[in-house]
Amino acid sequence: MTATTTAPPLESGSVDVVRLMTDIAEKVSGPAADEVDRLGRFPSETIDALRADGLLWALVPREFGGLGATLSEVSEGLVALGRQCASSAMVVAMHHIQVACLVRHGTNDLLRSYLAEAVEHQYLLASATTEVGTGGDVRSSVCAVDVEGGTFRLEKQAPVISYGNFADGILVTARRSEDSPENDQVIVLCRPPDLELEQVGEWNALGFRGTCSPGFVLRASGDADAVLDQPYGDISTQTMLPIAHILWGSLWLGIATAALDRARRFVQAEARKRPGTTPAAALRLADVSALHQQFSDLVRGSVRRYEEIEGDGERLSAIGFAIGMNSLKVSASTLVVDVVRQCMVICGLSAYRLDGPYSLGRHLRDSMGAALMVNNDRIMGNNAQLLLVHRGE
Amino acid sequence: MDQEIRQVLAEHGRLAVDVSSLDENTDLFAAGMTSHASVNVMLALEDAFDIEFAESMLKKSTFESIASIRAGVLEMTDA
Repeated sequence: MTATTTAPPLESGSVDVVRLMTDIAEKVSGPAADEVDRLGRFPSETIDALRADGLLWALVPREFGGLGATLSEVSEGLVALGRQCASSAMVVAMHHIQVACLVRHGTNDLLRSYLAEAVEHQYLLASATTEVGTGGDVRSSVCAVDVEGGTFRLEKQAPVISYGNFADGILVTARRSEDSPENDQVIVLCRPPDLELEQVGEWNALGFRGTCSPGFVLRASGDADAVLDQPYGDISTQTMLPIAHILWGSLWLGIATAALDRARRFVQAEARKRPGTTPAAALRLADVSALHQQFSDLVRGSVRRYEEIEGDGERLSAIGFAIGMNSLKVSASTLVVDVVRQCMVICGLSAYRLDGPYSLGRHLRDSMGAALMVNNDRIMGNNAQLLLVHRGE
Repeated sequence: MDQEIRQVLAEHGRLAVDVSSLDENTDLFAAGMTSHASVNVMLALEDAFDIEFAESMLKKSTFESIASIRAGVLEMTDA
């Protein structure tokens, strides 16, 4: 199985984003993955390699200097990265979510010229959506943007900013003004030298250790045009949320694929020892392969579903689409744990060990984070609400 | 009709301001109505006017002001 088999046909002369990302995953991210996990260090080699190939801003249309990559290409690249190093893949996924928001919604002159600059320098973008005091609800803010004389000012207590210390810019949510209610939010591009981060605490977590995600007090100022024109609610519904769920689902699929690779090699090694006798675990391998196929088809089907209506704000805002993209996140984050756990049963103690070719400790720890980053219960609660008014497909 | 719409908004809109102070074109989301509250507003409107909004009308713009809600309700009652 290769990650490139479902890549769409490329136009002549275009850059093969999937192949380049897969190469970097296998040659750069994979060899460093255990150390990144053990030390909880930032996977700088992966980011440097993607940067060198212009892949960090691959989603930017060619007219603005990008590679004009499709979402399915980036999704396939993230499956390949997630298969090698989930921390690297999560950083890259979160960055691409921000890029997608800027490409689609950063339409004023300042943000358009930023896009060209960002492509040239291959900036790494982070996000600060959660806030102390909102109980994990990213659709409400405590902090507010203070605009005066064409300059904005903003201070936010962020319990988590993934790779905040390594980012060249951060997209930050806040109330539109001091007088705005908590859900009237905007999103602001904050960047050095007018961006100050004061770290609060450390990031020492069970998984995704290389994302380096401590809390920060964020202080920023700058040109008021760095505030995106559209309300955050619309940007979230049409772009940030569906793309986040698709790209997270892609890298989680990569984790599951890595576990399945190990389980398959384990069963095949058993089979070689006794040709003619099907190993007992082979039946379980057949079972988990079917589960993995469901997972793979879910992610790839969701990418297609998005691409079919990409650019149609009305259809992207439909209730049925929102329910579908929420369900994707919940299903994918459940499937990744199920697949890894079953693969662990197949490989037995060889998977339980922290060393050796069949170890699945890192994969299991990383997979457990999927249901927690934007808690599945919150997402299901949103769907429960939406289903009260949904009319069906 | 506007009175009934305002009544529904007062009971379910969870607005940051007094409903009677709203102009019919005031952006209700900017006035503090959350997407969660807008679902309750919609359900209460369906009950109050004995209608069912069509799938195509289930979007933010239908519920963004008293005027847009009125247009939506009229469309469904005329249908």
